[in-house]
Amino acid sequence: MTILTILSLIPILLGLFFFLVGTIGILRLPDFYTRLHAAGKCDSLAAELMVCGIALYNLQPFNLANLLVSAKLLLIGAFIFVVSPTATHAITEAALVLGVKPWKRPEKRYP
Amino acid sequence: MSREINEHTAGEDLLIKTSVRLMVPFIQLFGLYVIVHGHYSPGGGFQGGVILGAAFILLAIAFDLKISQKYMPVTVNALFCNLGACIFIGVGVLCALVGGLFLDYSALDRLLPLGEIEWHSFGIFLVELGVGFTVMSSMILLYWNLSSGGAMDEGL
Repeated sequence: MTILTILSLIPILLGLFFFLVGTIGILRLPDFYTRLHAAGKCDSLAAELMVCGIALYNLQPFNLANLLVSAKLLLIGAFIFVVSPTATHAITEAALVLGVKPWKRPEKRYP
Repeated sequence: MSREINEHTAGEDLLIKTSVRLMVPFIQLFGLYVIVHGHYSPGGGFQGGVILGAAFILLAIAFDLKISQKYMPVTVNALFCNLGACIFIGVGVLCALVGGLFLDYSALDRLLPLGEIEWHSFGIFLVELGVGFTVMSSMILLYWNLSSGGAMDEGL
């Protein structure tokens, strides 16, 4: 275990944690908007962290070819950083335009 | 659950438009990279052409069909489609004319002596360029026709 492996483990494990939380959110939350909220966190933050961790791990024998691959991975990360929130926003807006009503807590009926 | 479509809010979103305007040049650059690096790394003419076409389809989705036809006019699109096919057939027939088989790139060495291995690489590059052009314009034309019912004037 080199120090770079340990350093790259931190963002990968954090990304795995956010993916887990996002998956639980998609399964457990009540309606479309809240599920999309969970999926959006998953897609942007967790994928970003995983890509950063993989780019760090890839630098293991430090040479120019590995540096190039890591730079490409970071470019993919930058692309995800712009695209994923936009996609979530577009889906939400399409649902809002189509008139999907947000979930509300059901009113209690007292006998 | 009632579904009433809000006409005035559909297709007018600043966030999506700004983000698409930011993304499209990089998508096109990546498409050219995939076409050019087709014989070294994963990718090639078809995949790069699809990415290039997707950039224009993204413009048509985020803005309007008119905007994408402003940046890629219909006649230029048809020209690209035919130019790609002509490049492919031209390289193949040229190989046959100088004494090799159809698409036998090493025969092009007799036309311009660069070395047979170099001509293999360069011939594949030319053919991939033709495939990329044709696939790009076919994808754009498919989207235009499908989204407007063949009229190509007003899209989704």
